[in-house]
Amino acid sequence: MNTLAEQFSTTSALSKLKKTQALLEDEEMSDAMWGSQAGFGNVAQGSPSFAVPAVPDPSAFLRLHTDDRADPNCKIKIQHGTTTLAFRYQGGVIVAVDSRATAGSYVASGTVKKVIEINPYLLGTMAGGAADCQYWETYLGMHCRLHELRNRERISVSAASKYLSNLVYSYKGMGLSMGTMICGWDKTGPAIFYVDSDGTRLKGDLFSVGSGSTFAYGVLDQGYHWDMTDEDAQELGRRSIYAAGHRDAFSGNTCNLYHVKEDGWRFIGNYDLSKLHYDGPNNVPGAGYGYDIRIAGRASALQPAVAAAA
Amino acid sequence: MEVSFALTGKDYVIVAADTTAARSIVKMKTDQDKIKILSPHLLMAYSGEPGDTLQFAEYVERNIRLYQIRNLYALSPSAAASWIRRSLAESLRSRNSYAVNLLVGGFDTTTQEPHLYWIDYLGTMTEIPFGAHGYGSYFALSLLDRYHDPDASLEEGLATLKRCIDEVSKRLVVSPDRYKVKVVDKDGVREVEL
Repeated sequence: MNTLAEQFSTTSALSKLKKTQALLEDEEMSDAMWGSQAGFGNVAQGSPSFAVPAVPDPSAFLRLHTDDRADPNCKIKIQHGTTTLAFRYQGGVIVAVDSRATAGSYVASGTVKKVIEINPYLLGTMAGGAADCQYWETYLGMHCRLHELRNRERISVSAASKYLSNLVYSYKGMGLSMGTMICGWDKTGPAIFYVDSDGTRLKGDLFSVGSGSTFAYGVLDQGYHWDMTDEDAQELGRRSIYAAGHRDAFSGNTCNLYHVKEDGWRFIGNYDLSKLHYDGPNNVPGAGYGYDIRIAGRASALQPAVAAAA
Repeated sequence: MEVSFALTGKDYVIVAADTTAARSIVKMKTDQDKIKILSPHLLMAYSGEPGDTLQFAEYVERNIRLYQIRNLYALSPSAAASWIRRSLAESLRSRNSYAVNLLVGGFDTTTQEPHLYWIDYLGTMTEIPFGAHGYGSYFALSLLDRYHDPDASLEEGLATLKRCIDEVSKRLVVSPDRYKVKVVDKDGVREVEL
């Protein structure tokens, strides 16, 4: 009603920006969408848009307050440092993650849920900005449900991951930080897609993301076969997260393990990495994953008994 | 470190690109296809900023297809390359430009001639007998100056490509180990094993 008054009441930069943003929201779809059905025929109105801070350069504004490498005293510290992994094998998909949240050198939490349960058949993992992953993967879940209602069919892992990758790509350069694996089971069987905030989207059998990913890959790549049993696969996921938690200062505390099969995902358990170090997954003292525990009683010296006596 | 090569020969163009998808020091994938088949006689190898590459390649792929549907014939390689160059040049002055480098190879069925275009993210385009993008170009260009033959048979062309790949494997610190190779000639597009 008072839009006319509002339009002419002030000419400040802020109100002008707001007016431009309101105009942009009215636009039906971007040029890049031209000729594409975006998987939804005429239902989707291009890629979704989102309000940004009313300053000339929103991404520089965000960077100013969140970049703790440039300014350790910055006001907002984004959660970084993680190990997440997922792999596909004969019996489905294994998803394993650690649970540590760090803000700079401070361990902010040891009980973070880094697996996001999008729906009973889809899991997403969290690496990079915790809020970005949590918000956008929940948002993805909403759109997966809408897809189900529109098409009377569950969304494929490929389509869900492409929806997310197109979405984060539309925010490229604006400070989003996420490295995620979208895992699930659809008509084609088990599937994993790696999606990150650069806009990269990769299909694959085995991925690990986060600061501890190199340590996890070391154990995972060497122990991986397509024909593993479920027990071996779960053990490999757990063992790899342990390895990363042990070597990477920004990963640790506990390991959350999920298994995706034809009938959806199942939570296997939460394992304390210190307990895994000493006692292993079955709580047997001396059966731990730790190097000292694993090699107890063995030595490189030619005659350890003589050396001990001398 | 992404590497791509392309060379022309007697009535064909060979386009080759490595197959690794890397993020910082980690290879995330080793069988990624970075060569798009744009039309029955057109190939495009793409490299550059992660995310931009595939997003731009799919945009080009769909628009070239759309042209074909609307007009019942495909764009010629030179027309397609010009359209692609212009798309990149227009994006360059926008807020989020596509940082993508391309090698566009095609066979013009109207004149029965193979064409190869080198395009970079700034919108530079030039028609060339052979070309490369990435660190591979520092080794391959001199090699191709020495060994390229515009009259060569496909077997000879593939042998020259093999020289490029072997040279990069020998001298580049972090060299890719696998390549995808595609050929376009009068019979259309096909993948070849080296």
